Amino acid sequence: MEKKKLIRGRPDALNDKIMHYCPGCGHGIVHRIVAEVVDELGIKDRFVGIAPVGCSVFAYWYFNTDFHQAAHGRAPAVASGIKRARPELIVMSYQGDGDLAAIGTAEIVHAANRGENITVIFINNAIYGMTGGQMAPTTLIGQKSTTTPLGRDPRKAGFPIKISEMLAVLPGSRYIERTTVTSPKEVNKTKKAIKKAFELQMKGEGFTMVEVLSPCPTNWRLTPKDALKFVEEKMVEYYPLGVFKDEPVFND
Amino acid sequence: MARKAFVDEERCKECGLCITACPKSCISFSSKLNSKGFHPIEIDHEKCIGCGFCIDMCPDTAIELWEVAEA
Repeated sequence: MEKKKLIRGRPDALNDKIMHYCPGCGHGIVHRIVAEVVDELGIKDRFVGIAPVGCSVFAYWYFNTDFHQAAHGRAPAVASGIKRARPELIVMSYQGDGDLAAIGTAEIVHAANRGENITVIFINNAIYGMTGGQMAPTTLIGQKSTTTPLGRDPRKAGFPIKISEMLAVLPGSRYIERTTVTSPKEVNKTKKAIKKAFELQMKGEGFTMVEVLSPCPTNWRLTPKDALKFVEEKMVEYYPLGVFKDEPVFND
Repeated sequence: MARKAFVDEERCKECGLCITACPKSCISFSSKLNSKGFHPIEIDHEKCIGCGFCIDMCPDTAIELWEVAEA
C-alpha cells in the first residue's frame, strides 16, 4: 500500500527517542497529549516543563521543548519561580502521586493557594512506580502493594488522599479537573482539559491542575488490559472524574 | 483516498492498548520479534477504517495515520 500523506503522527513537541516506560504505562499517553496541545497552541518555543522525581523524571528526554528538573516534590516551587521571573513563558509542572501527594504536599498546597499562574499535570497511579510498587498516599483501601502485602488497612495506613477535592476548596485555585486515559473518549477529554488549563494560564487567570488517573500494569501485577479495567472499576469509584473547580480567582 | 494506520514495529512494546480500542478488531500481535524482544502489532489494512483510536491509546506513539492510494 503506497503512503501518500501523513495525517497524524508524532507531535512536533516530542522527539524520536523510545520512551523507557513499561508497556501499557499511562505516562506515554499523557506525554503525547501534552505535546499535541503544545503543538495546537503554537507555544513550543516558549514552553517550559518541570520534571518531577519518579518514573517521569526523564520526561525531559522526550520533549522537544525546554525542561527543568526539580528536587523531589518541589516542582510547583520551581515552576512558580520560573513563571514569576519570565511571565511570558508557559510553565507546566508534571508530577506523579509520590512526588505531588506525598513529599510535595506543602509545595502544591501553597502554590495553589497563592494562585500561581502555572499548570500542574498530576499523574495518579495509586502506587510508587519507580521504587518498585510501595504504598503511596493515593493507594486504594484494600489494594496490595509491596509494603501493604495484605491490602491497605486504613487503621494502620490512613486513607487515600483526594488531592483534587482538597485543592478545589482553596481560594487561589482557578481550574481543577480529574480525568483518565482508559479509552479514546477519555483520552480526548483529558486533552480538552489540558488544553483549557494551558489557555487559562496564557490568559493569566491563575493556578490550574489536571489530575489524570493512569494505569501502572507492572506494579499492580496486571496485564495492560486489566490495568485499564482496574482504573475504570476501582479507581474511578473512589476518585470520581469531573471538574471540581472552574471559577475566576482574581476579580480586578 | 482512504486513511490507514501504520505501525513502527521498533517502537511497539506489545502492550495491546490499541487492540482494546480498535472498533474493527483489525489489530493483532504478529509472530515476529523486534530488537527489544517484543511481538509488535500488525494491522489488517483490509479492515482498517482509519479512525485513529489506536493512535489515541498508544503510549509509545508507534502508530501513524497515512492517506494511501486506493488499491
